[in-house]
Amino acid sequence: MPLSARTIRTYLLLLIFLALRAFGNLCLAWGTKHLPETLAADPLVYLRSMLDPAIALGIVMLILALLVRLALLSVADLSFVLPMTAVGYVLAALLGRFFLHEVVSPQRWLAVALIFAGTALVSSTPQSTTPPNAGRKVEGAR
Amino acid sequence: MTWVLVTVMVVATALSDLLQSYEMKRAGAQSVGARGVGRLLRLIVERRYLLLSIVCLAFSFFAFMALVQAAPLSFAVPASAASFILETVLAKILLKEQIGARRAAGALLVLCGLLALAR
Repeated sequence: MPLSARTIRTYLLLLIFLALRAFGNLCLAWGTKHLPETLAADPLVYLRSMLDPAIALGIVMLILALLVRLALLSVADLSFVLPMTAVGYVLAALLGRFFLHEVVSPQRWLAVALIFAGTALVSSTPQSTTPPNAGRKVEGAR
Repeated sequence: MTWVLVTVMVVATALSDLLQSYEMKRAGAQSVGARGVGRLLRLIVERRYLLLSIVCLAFSFFAFMALVQAAPLSFAVPASAASFILETVLAKILLKEQIGARRAAGALLVLCGLLALAR
């Protein structure tokens, strides 16, 4: 069976989202760890932290990730998108193992295998199951 | 403090996702080219629930930022997985998504994996 345009679009959006979120989080974590101040309930400290280049870059990437995810939610169920995006954890473990030569413990590989099996199962279900009256009329407006 | 941050993060994330899913399904299929991104930004401004979802997301984001600074990333990221089950259940009840046996089993496997990562 040939892949439908909607399916291809869903997986393409998923891929872009995962890449943006992974690098965005990396920048953010790296930036916040190097801050001199503690982030707490003080909004000023947050605003000042955004001047840090790593944090700013991380935020831009996460904003783009948010927009891509909105597009993803326009073509797929929330209960489909949530487990599918967990593939990000599998990617992180693989990237860490092969590019950063991190040691991945057996338990971590088991976790990765579980997540991968789960997403494989979910990917075999229809990506959108909500009743057709939920706004399909507007779909022509691309 | 850590658990207050986790709670704020989980509740805000769930609310934000439910609102986003609801509005985006209504908006129809969107793309992410230059024009698509512009259209998405306009949607956020025009649709009340999307705007509210961004406010929720901001709460969840700042809670997450404080959490990654105070706690290791290997705790913060799996802790955010707690919203996963809550959201799947609410997607079925509120958004009327059909979660069959296969999707439920897949979601449970993913949850087990996330919990195994957290340990």
